[in-house]
Amino acid sequence: MKPFTKIISIITPFDKANVDTDQIIPKQFLKLITKSGFGKFLFYDWRFNHDGQEKSDFILNDSKYCDSQILVTNENFGCGSSREHAVWALKDFGFSVIISPSFADIFYSNCFKNGVLPIILDIVKIKKLLQYTEKIELDLDSQKIIFGDESMNFEIDSHRKIRLLEGLDDIDLTLKEDEKIQHFEKNSSIVSIFG
Amino acid sequence: MTETLFEKIWNSHVVVEKENEPSLIYIDRHLIHEVTSPQAFDGLRANHRDVRRRDLTVATIDHNVPTTDRSLPMIDETSSTQIKTLEKNCKDFGIKLFGINDPNQGIVHVIGPQLGITLPGSTIVCGDSHTSTQGAFGAFAFGIGTSEVEHTLATQTLWLEKPKTFEILATGKRKNSFAITSKDIILSIIKQIGTDGGTGHVLEYRGDAISDLSMEQRMTICNMSIEAGSRAGLIAPDEKTFDYLNHRKYTPKNYDELVDDWKNNLMSDANSKFDKSFTIDVDKIEPQVSWGTNPAMVSDITGKIPTPEEFGQNNEIQIESAKKALLYMDLKPDTPIIEIPIDRVFIGSCTNARLEDLKDAAEIVNGKTVNADVDAMVVPGSQMVKMEAEKLGLDKIFKDANFEWRESGCSMCLGMNPDILKPGERCASTSNRNFEGRQGSGGRTHLVSPVMAAASAIAGHFVDVREWC
Repeated sequence: MKPFTKIISIITPFDKANVDTDQIIPKQFLKLITKSGFGKFLFYDWRFNHDGQEKSDFILNDSKYCDSQILVTNENFGCGSSREHAVWALKDFGFSVIISPSFADIFYSNCFKNGVLPIILDIVKIKKLLQYTEKIELDLDSQKIIFGDESMNFEIDSHRKIRLLEGLDDIDLTLKEDEKIQHFEKNSSIVSIFG
Repeated sequence: MTETLFEKIWNSHVVVEKENEPSLIYIDRHLIHEVTSPQAFDGLRANHRDVRRRDLTVATIDHNVPTTDRSLPMIDETSSTQIKTLEKNCKDFGIKLFGINDPNQGIVHVIGPQLGITLPGSTIVCGDSHTSTQGAFGAFAFGIGTSEVEHTLATQTLWLEKPKTFEILATGKRKNSFAITSKDIILSIIKQIGTDGGTGHVLEYRGDAISDLSMEQRMTICNMSIEAGSRAGLIAPDEKTFDYLNHRKYTPKNYDELVDDWKNNLMSDANSKFDKSFTIDVDKIEPQVSWGTNPAMVSDITGKIPTPEEFGQNNEIQIESAKKALLYMDLKPDTPIIEIPIDRVFIGSCTNARLEDLKDAAEIVNGKTVNADVDAMVVPGSQMVKMEAEKLGLDKIFKDANFEWRESGCSMCLGMNPDILKPGERCASTSNRNFEGRQGSGGRTHLVSPVMAAASAIAGHFVDVREWC
C-alpha cells in the first residue's frame, strides 16, 4: 500500500445520510475478480439513467468536482453490506478521504485497508465544510484540516494513523507475531471442523 | 469482576493485547463464498503466502448461483467466472468447498449451523455482513471485508478494536406466536434503536422472549443485528442450542464434553455491566411491514404510512430521508399499510429461508392460490432445507398455490443472479434490506416475515396475518 501523503483538494459536498454500500457499488458490479476498475460504477444508479446516460443533476457528474479527493457526507456512511468493493470504487474514482459524522463499522475498517482515510467530525464542522468551495489542505500527520485562515483538528487511532502514513501491510505486521499465534494455537482448545 | 458473554468470548481469543491499540483475535471458523474472496486469494498468491488453517476454513457458492435448473449452463458469464474462480482457489489452496452440485450447498449462514460447523463460544468470520446470524449460537460471528478475508486466510487472526456491549432485553410473551414472529421482534427493535443504534457495539439479546424462541427464530434476530449497525449480535446458548447442533455432519466428536464446558461458561454473569441497554416488551408487538428504504422505516400492520415529519420527529436528516424514501417507494402518507398492493413475493434469504420459515409459510398457503396479479417464489436457504421441505410435501403445497419452488441461494435478497425485480415492481420480501435498488434497480422492497409474505401473496396486498391463523 502506498504511504498516505498530504492532500490539497476541493471537497465534494455530498450531504446524504445512511448512504449504504448497495448505493455506493450496486451488486451487479461485484462480479469482477480484481480490485481495480470499480470507479466507473460508483453510485451507478444515482449517476446514470436507465439508458446509461449521466444524470446532469447528480453532483459527481459535475465537472467542477472531477479532481476532488475528499468526499464530505452525512451520518452512517457505508452502512449495509461488508463489500470492500465500495471502498475500491471510491478510491478508484479518486477519493482518498471521506469525512462524515459517523461511519458503519465494517466500511470504516475497510477504508484503512485500502489507503482511504475516514474522518469523523461533528455535524457543526461538517456543515461548515459542506459550504466551503475553495481547496482545503488535509494533513494526516498533524491531524489537521486547513481551509483559508481556519483549521480544525480531527481524531484518529494512532495505530491506524501510522499504518496509513507508512503504507504498512497488515499481514506482514501480523506475521511478526507468529510466535504468539503459535503459542495460542498450542494452548487453546481449537476445534478442527473435520475432527 | 463480572463479564458479559461477549467479553468472555473475546478474552478467550486474544492473541496479542496492547494498551490503546487493537487486539489480535484468533478466529475459529472462516467461511468463504465466491463474491468477496477472489481478490483475497490473489493477494495470497502475489505474496507467496499459504492458508494457515484449512481445517478451520470452508467455502460455498451462494450469492451468484442460479436458482433454476442447475443442469443447464449458466447464462451470466461473469457469475460463472466468479464461481469457477472459487472452485480453482479452493482446489489450489486445499479448502473444503460445498460446490454448486453438492447436497450441502446453500447460503453460507444457513449451512454453517446446519452442518454443525458453527459452535458456541467461537469466533466466526465470513466476507458477508450477515455472518451475525451465527451469533444465535452464542458465538462472536461477524462480517469482514476482503482484505480481512485475506488476513484471516494467511494468519487465522484479525486485528480488532474491542466493541462495546449493548443489552437488548426482550420481555413478555407474543400475543400470537404464529403470526408475530422473530422477524417482527427484530424489525421493531431496529425501528426503535435506528439503523446506527448499535454501531460500535455487539448486541446481546436476552430475556424470556428470547429464550422462548427456537434456534431458527433466534437466527433471524441475530441476522439483522447488522441492520441496526452492529457487526455482531449474540444469544447465550441453552439446551435448545446444544440439541440443535448435536448429530450434525461436522458436530465435534467430543461434543458432550464441549457442552459441559459451554453450560458452565457461556453466559453473561449476573449483574454484568453493558455499555448500553434497551428493553422491548414483545406483548405489544404487531406484525411489521417496512415502508421505506432502510430497515428502521417500519410500521405496524394496523398502521399507516407516516408523514416525513411524523417519522423524523424534528430530526432534519430523518425527515429528508423519509421524503426521499416515499418518493422512491411511490407511497403517500396516511395510506393504510393493508391497502398497499404488491406485485412480487420473495420467501428466501439468510434471514428467513430455513425449514421452520417454509413450514409456517406453507401453513398459510395450504389450499389457497396466489393472487392473479402476484408472482411469488420460494427459495430455500440450502439444498438440505429444500430436501427436508420436500420430504414434508411443502414444495407441493407451494407449487399447487402457484408459487415457484427454486434451488437454494441468496437469490432475490440482493439480486446478483437473474432473480431481480423490474423497475417499479413492489415486493413483499422475507429478506433483510430494503435499500434502493437492492432487489433490482428501481425495485421496491417491503421487509416482512414469512407468514406475512405468504398471506400477502394470496391476498395481493398486505394483510393482518393474525386474522389468518
